[in-house]
Amino acid sequence: MKEVLNKLHKFSAHPDSRCWYVAWNPPGTLLASCGGDRAIRIWKKEGDSWECQNVLSEGHQRTVRKVAWSPCGNYLASASFDATTCIWAKKGDDFECLTVLEGHENEVKCVAWAPSGSLLATCSRDKSVWVWEVDEEEEYECVSVVNAHTQDVKHVVWHPTQELLASASYDNSVRLYREEDDDWVCKATLEGHTSTVWSLAFDPSGQRLASCSDDRTVKIWKECHPGEGDNSTDWKCVCTLSGFHGRTVYDVAWCQLTGALATACGDDGVRVFREDPNSDPDQTTFSLAVHAPKAHNQDINCVAWHPKEAGLLASCSDDGEIAIWSYQTEA
Amino acid sequence: MSGAARLENANPLIFQRSGERCLTAEEEDENVADPIDDREIFDLIRSINDPEHPLSLEELNVVEQVRVRVNDPESTVSVEFTPTIPHCSMATLIGLSIKVKLLRSLPDRFKIDVHITPGTHASEDAVNKQLADKERVAAALENSQLLEVVNQCLSSRT
Repeated sequence: MKEVLNKLHKFSAHPDSRCWYVAWNPPGTLLASCGGDRAIRIWKKEGDSWECQNVLSEGHQRTVRKVAWSPCGNYLASASFDATTCIWAKKGDDFECLTVLEGHENEVKCVAWAPSGSLLATCSRDKSVWVWEVDEEEEYECVSVVNAHTQDVKHVVWHPTQELLASASYDNSVRLYREEDDDWVCKATLEGHTSTVWSLAFDPSGQRLASCSDDRTVKIWKECHPGEGDNSTDWKCVCTLSGFHGRTVYDVAWCQLTGALATACGDDGVRVFREDPNSDPDQTTFSLAVHAPKAHNQDINCVAWHPKEAGLLASCSDDGEIAIWSYQTEA
Repeated sequence: MSGAARLENANPLIFQRSGERCLTAEEEDENVADPIDDREIFDLIRSINDPEHPLSLEELNVVEQVRVRVNDPESTVSVEFTPTIPHCSMATLIGLSIKVKLLRSLPDRFKIDVHITPGTHASEDAVNKQLADKERVAAALENSQLLEVVNQCLSSRT
């Protein structure tokens, strides 16, 4: 058996600019991209090619760093270097800017929706993580500002089912937050990376978290319960993937359908790792299944598994292009 | 303008500039593939202006050809620069100017790494980390005031 990564499509998404991030909507019918041209584009597969259905260019004054779909798929949030986050409502085939979330002192680096869809998190170079609550009138209110990190916060991601939030930072750490007495508090600090942590991904069960870093490694962290009857949790590093990446690892994606782990690297490569089936969960091992060495012409910034179609992967690059891949096992 | 009072290093050592590069017959032959070499990279950065002195980075010995390493087949360029004093507050700006000059001049395939010469600056690790973070470099270059200062460093003197 041989694992392969076949390139199905490649198209210019943000010409003369960087493509920073791509995100599939929950049914997997649309792909949103954003970039250095300050625009968000919505892509749809028409026949055998990918067509740009919408260009949202009026919302932001500077680079759009990341985008995130709400769990219902009716809203898109965009985080920008202009210090704001826009919420876009999908109205049929169109998008309209519903509201602009302001408050961060400088660049917003990431935005993420909680699984319920009623909470949103943003993080910024101002070192803070903000939690926003959405009410039934589509009003957004900041319910907490957490200043646990000591540096630029790069990424935020929610647990797949619980209201547990994780963040990654230039201070080399990962932090986890829960609500406690109407406030959001840092419940765990994951230390081990020796440089900036760029991105995070939960596994399908939510019991493990993958982090990727400028130190060229990927780490797998596992939740453990230290004391009997004790509600506190701790996270331990159970695996470090080192020696595989030639430069900074900018993104990691853990497929919720297959458990495959994909990485986006500054050496222009896309890699897919598989967990070894018989490994001990407290000391697990992963093997490199596929390496596509020149997947793009420049740094790869993001990898995203399709939410419904197993093995379908999107990637985007500094060269402004998006590629769609099929990861398969060849008999 | 009484600039002298504000200078961090009022009397820097000045070094002689290197001569013009001699072109070989092979380099002038358009039919021969001509990989980018250390000297060509050095020529791109040696005339960058120092942010506070009317001198080039070469004249202040901030950049030297021996601290430039290019690997054309692997598309990598590494430049080490030496701040004139260990507490130079301009170190990040100088490194950013070198990086921007190379980003604008070289083909997109090149990976450009700019570092401080080891042991020559008090905040070496912090400056190196900031220069290596492309997201922060991208954000800095969207700041029009900072971009103007970088462009001044990169403009040729008349």
